[in-house]
Amino acid sequence: MGEMRREVAIISWASFETPSEPARNEVELLLPVIQEALGHVDLTQRDIGFTVSGSSDYLQGFPFAFVGALDAVGAWPPIRESHVEMDGAFALYEAVTVLQEEDIDTALVYAFARPSRGELDRTLSLQLDPYSVAPLWPDARGLAGLQAQAMKDSGKFGDVPDVPATYVSDGAVAVVLAVGDRARALTKTPAWIRGIDHRIEPPALGGRDLTTSPSTEKAAQVARATGVDAAYLHVPYPHQELVLRRALGLNGEAVDAAAGPTMVGGLGRFAAAAAAISGGSIKRAIAHATSGPCLQQNLVALLEGVA
Amino acid sequence: MTEVLVADHAIEYTYTRSTGPIIGAFLAGLRDRRFVGIRAADGRVLVPPVEYDPVTSEDLTELVDVAETGVVTTWSWNDKPLAGQPLDRPFAWALVRLDGADTGLLAAVDVAREDMHSGLRVHARWSAQRVGSIRDLVCFEVCQDEHAAKVSADTDNVEIVETPIRLDFSYTPGIAASRFLRSVEKGEIVGQRCPKCQKVYVPPRGACSMCGVATDEEVMLTGKGTVTTFCITNVPSPGLEPPYVTAWIRLDGADITSMFLIQECDPRDVRLGMRVEPVWAEEKMPNIGSIKYYRPTGEPDAPYDDYKDYI
Repeated sequence: MGEMRREVAIISWASFETPSEPARNEVELLLPVIQEALGHVDLTQRDIGFTVSGSSDYLQGFPFAFVGALDAVGAWPPIRESHVEMDGAFALYEAVTVLQEEDIDTALVYAFARPSRGELDRTLSLQLDPYSVAPLWPDARGLAGLQAQAMKDSGKFGDVPDVPATYVSDGAVAVVLAVGDRARALTKTPAWIRGIDHRIEPPALGGRDLTTSPSTEKAAQVARATGVDAAYLHVPYPHQELVLRRALGLNGEAVDAAAGPTMVGGLGRFAAAAAAISGGSIKRAIAHATSGPCLQQNLVALLEGVA
Repeated sequence: MTEVLVADHAIEYTYTRSTGPIIGAFLAGLRDRRFVGIRAADGRVLVPPVEYDPVTSEDLTELVDVAETGVVTTWSWNDKPLAGQPLDRPFAWALVRLDGADTGLLAAVDVAREDMHSGLRVHARWSAQRVGSIRDLVCFEVCQDEHAAKVSADTDNVEIVETPIRLDFSYTPGIAASRFLRSVEKGEIVGQRCPKCQKVYVPPRGACSMCGVATDEEVMLTGKGTVTTFCITNVPSPGLEPPYVTAWIRLDGADITSMFLIQECDPRDVRLGMRVEPVWAEEKMPNIGSIKYYRPTGEPDAPYDDYKDYI
């Protein structure tokens, strides 16, 4: 979406991250984060028009685990609700889309994960082609390594960082969105989402150039994400920052790159960008999220503070 | 503070997938020690083959045989192979562009680390037992002989492929559920009260699902309860002789029903409003199996108003 029919802003956020959550389950971890995000703008779940989450049941090891997470929301009387089996940033995209079309003014987006309880390198392989790739159980780090080596071989990047162990942490992020005057009434410092888009590349790893990210380029073009002060990039492995910088045409802008918990980190980038904009340290920022192996799918948004 | 429980947890399933004509031809080729690709709209040969053109989305149909030799286009070193991977000793992951193909196939390469590099010439090592699966290709190895013998083609397509998966977890049920299960281990039943709507949840989940607030106050229940609805099952189940009765029971003091077996009575006597009590196992564990079943208490039936909202 380049043109917004209705203006949408991030008006509040909260997050929690820890290397390994020892005691609390997903609901217990998520609940205070949602309450904090709603509390900042004096809202309760009753005030929220649309609720949408991003998570993966494969990380929890239970079918329909995302339904259990609704315990942390207070879904009674029945609420309008949705879920994506993806990073929460893609849930935010759905919320922005719904806010364009519907007669509702507020949305709650949340993401949660506890990958530390399982084997993330193996779990992520189940998102790959089930005929020719997933049966080999390729570890996520090994696939990222193919990309890093291709970058080294290309000679385009200077120093390409080595690929560390796959980043594992547990956490949750909640973001509250509101449209137009509702956003202005709820906060003095909304972070407006001026454009947002996501694109995917062909699924065959061997069928694309791993040293480029045309999906990021295209998403940024549609979101009109240029002329920014800073870019908040979702970078599961350090070398991927170099590919993203090129795809986004960054040259001298501040770059804040982080991985965050799987399924949570992308939405966390939106929270970080909104915090910088609301805090007044920057005016315009890119928020980016990725999903899949080797930057397969990319979401780019342009956020802007009050003029 | 109760120590949280931890248990091994695995999910395991063998998916049975239909292949369609294109993937089926690829897998049949592997069974015959051949690689089959497909010609894309721009003339490139894609291996593995895909059904639709990745650029134009049009149907692709022209299957093309390619060589079992090729070149490593990129690679990464895997020092500690994980469960299920192609080799159980250190190996390289690689994208291998087979001779005659324009894209890379993901595979393991069995090679010493110091010999691994992009541009390495490799050839396929096949499994002795081939079934029409990507695992028919064990891995690639450094090219010694560019003229490996071909076997004759078996023309039957592969139509079904089985792909087993297994994931292991170190599961923790969370703080509230851990306290509940610890109480069950002691022959007690602990619920939690919502500070907002005052409803009592058993088992507690740490949150009121209606209000979305944390439930911190604990409530000790007697375990006795009232049948709110039930089902008589007439087909056998492991460890259960039919007919047996499964009932939803509203425990006294709880605002949610729980499912238990009802035994020590004729199934025909079970009814809505019947008062029941738990029969505990002699050896109690921190799991709900510590309550073997419920049985009638002999008390007069509960009035309808007591359970009408829970049917």
